[in-house]
Amino acid sequence: LGAFAAATGLAGPSLAATLEERIDAFTGGAAMAEGGITLTAPEIAENGNTVPISVEAPGAVAIMLLASGNPNPDVGTFHFGPLAASQRAATRIRLAATQEVIAIAQMADGSFLRTSREVKVTIGGCGG
Amino acid sequence: GAWSRLAAQQRLTQEDLIGPPGPGNLTLIHITDIHAQTQPVWFREPEINLGVGEARGQPPHLTAEEFRAAFGIAKGSALDYALTWEDFVALGREYGRMGGLDRIATVVKAIRADRPDALLLDGGDTWQGSLPALRTAGQDMVELLGALGVDAMTAHWEFTLGSDRVREIVETQLACPFLGANIFDAEWDEPAFAPMAVFERGGTKVAVIGQAFPYLPVANPRWLFPDYSFGLRLERLAELVAQAREDGAGIVVLLSHNGFDVDRKVARDVPGIDVILTGHTHDAIPEPVQVEQTFLIASGSHGKFVSRLDLDVRDGRMQGLTHRLIPVFSDVIAPDPEMAARVEATRVPFAEEMAEVLGHAESLLYRRGNFNGTWDDVICDALLAQRDAEIALSPGFRWGASVMPGEAITREDVFNVTAMTYPAAYRTEMTGEMLKAVLEDVADNLFNPDPYYQQGGDMVRVGGLAYRIDVGAPMGSRISDLTLLASGEPVDPARTYVVAGWASVNEGTEGPPIWEVVEAHIRSLGTIRAEPRTHVTVTGI
Amino acid sequence: MAENVTPRVRVPETATAGEAVLIKTLISHPMESGQRKDAQGNTIPRSIINRFTCDFNGQNVIDVTLEPAISTNPYFEFEAQVNESGTFVFTWYDDDGSVYEERKEIAVS
Ligand SMILES: [Mn+2]
Ligand SMILES: [Mn+2]
Repeated sequence: LGAFAAATGLAGPSLAATLEERIDAFTGGAAMAEGGITLTAPEIAENGNTVPISVEAPGAVAIMLLASGNPNPDVGTFHFGPLAASQRAATRIRLAATQEVIAIAQMADGSFLRTSREVKVTIGGCGG
Repeated sequence: GAWSRLAAQQRLTQEDLIGPPGPGNLTLIHITDIHAQTQPVWFREPEINLGVGEARGQPPHLTAEEFRAAFGIAKGSALDYALTWEDFVALGREYGRMGGLDRIATVVKAIRADRPDALLLDGGDTWQGSLPALRTAGQDMVELLGALGVDAMTAHWEFTLGSDRVREIVETQLACPFLGANIFDAEWDEPAFAPMAVFERGGTKVAVIGQAFPYLPVANPRWLFPDYSFGLRLERLAELVAQAREDGAGIVVLLSHNGFDVDRKVARDVPGIDVILTGHTHDAIPEPVQVEQTFLIASGSHGKFVSRLDLDVRDGRMQGLTHRLIPVFSDVIAPDPEMAARVEATRVPFAEEMAEVLGHAESLLYRRGNFNGTWDDVICDALLAQRDAEIALSPGFRWGASVMPGEAITREDVFNVTAMTYPAAYRTEMTGEMLKAVLEDVADNLFNPDPYYQQGGDMVRVGGLAYRIDVGAPMGSRISDLTLLASGEPVDPARTYVVAGWASVNEGTEGPPIWEVVEAHIRSLGTIRAEPRTHVTVTGI
Repeated sequence: MAENVTPRVRVPETATAGEAVLIKTLISHPMESGQRKDAQGNTIPRSIINRFTCDFNGQNVIDVTLEPAISTNPYFEFEAQVNESGTFVFTWYDDDGSVYEERKEIAVS
């Protein structure tokens, strides 16, 4: 108990594009299918400043990550080259609060897949 | 009185408590969450232990009559005293304290007398919770559990000694594997400790996978062990189960510190585990809980119980299981002289300091249950008075022995409910809005319907504050009617309140150690009368 | 300009042709988000690694666009397919114009 301040460095007002605008910019407004894309994230973030995230979408040319509850939802995009042995990548991200992390894959045929995972960011403390 | 106590104890014998040799060809002995309690203790089980979602009304979320009915326990019996709360003081005077490492040693030796290769497995929360363990950074417990002959362990509070100390113990002193399949190095995300130990017993390979407390960096200060990452990591667990089977394991045991409700779900999500030895949530359940093909064992805390499992493992699989939750009645089970001497040696350097009487208890001091116990109220009152605060917050720890009415309160008693490595009693300002956010956050850690979002532990204890909680409501809307007790006024979201608390997970928290604050408060009052309070209204059960 | 920026990578020294090899990379960098304020209330300007690439013998494995929500000391893990011996080139691009490069040889049999 006691980590009261959201210390992710992401607090504060933002003029960033909205989540929908970011998604549209990536997909061109195309429909997104469920399935074929896996997002792995902890149920509860050990530290909102560094949350391990892994995404995989076999056959993707790119996967975009978005943090729906951050002041700026942009996180990053993986572009897979010809020597990528899989369309899987892992990184660590900042989450300002409990929220849905979203992954959208652009497939080789121009279609799009979407998935999301809720990650809880808690004040913490206490225990058995 | 003394006569009834004698009569009650005459009905119990050491042989009956430990029981006859079980059937089968493999014996496991499980101890967990001893919290450095080397001495027999009073420990009252919870009055309120709510289960949510699938766990609602299921063991271990049963208390009092529901508990007795579920397990066929007679009211007023020895097991009623050991496992429920209602007549704790009266029954305690009949049946006496429970636990003590010397009595546990007697139980372990008796089991090993008929099954010399029985595996003794420790579920963690072993090295923390007493004055000697704090002063020696767990050294006393490491040596005592080594002498007891522990074959493998996992961990939770162990890490609050700091990662350097944990590594030092594991690498240079620990006589058994320190297992943590879910402990990874935070930088490169690679396994940091042995995930599994395989034992050969009577021609059978026994795979013991260790699972440390998954939410260590959330529930405890991550700055004490910044180099490690934990989490549930169920994919890894499934891989290890498969690997164990491929390597010819006849039985797969998970030595877990997940907490009972988490393990109930793990049993469903990760098939192939025969037995989960649960820990962390301090539940004592007299029978195995079967989930699909997995049996969950809950062996209590503070040394009150030892679980004995006799397993029949043949043709590469478990064919039968007999379980006995052995209650360690300290007046019935004889102390093992060798262990008694070892325990005594660890206490000698601190004996005088621990024995000092600070005051007297006129009522039962206990801590366990989803909301404030009387020990918590004493701590909160101490914070309010000694830190000149309007509101006090005290963590919902499940460890901490009880003090019986009429007993002296010693320094040892105070350390039994406060001894830990981040004890600063801070004094800070918080808005009413922030206070509500804190209560909501902790409530969700306890009452989220998905156990994977629960951290174990209980609701943060409050002093100077009343509130209402609807446990069935969603995150963010469980808490209402916050009232400042001093004025009787509703808590104003915009106003700033002076708040005192302890056990902050933030690095650099300042203030005197909580045991000094509690000691000063007890000394100033002399006698402590702490009746259960009604400042938390619980709905939605 | 970020100080003491140190890239580190973990790549196997050997592999068999066609194998997928696991690669892990870290670079020490504050990833200043541009949204924090200093003690005087002034916004601390954004200064992040904004792109990371990994190439093998001149062909691309992965090319990552980073935003301020990527954590301090950016970490990446991915798999490369190696068909012959050669050199991995890892490149990090800083907002301040700095480019950090690391190379690793791998012997493929
Ligand atoms: Mn415990
Ligand atoms: Mn625990």
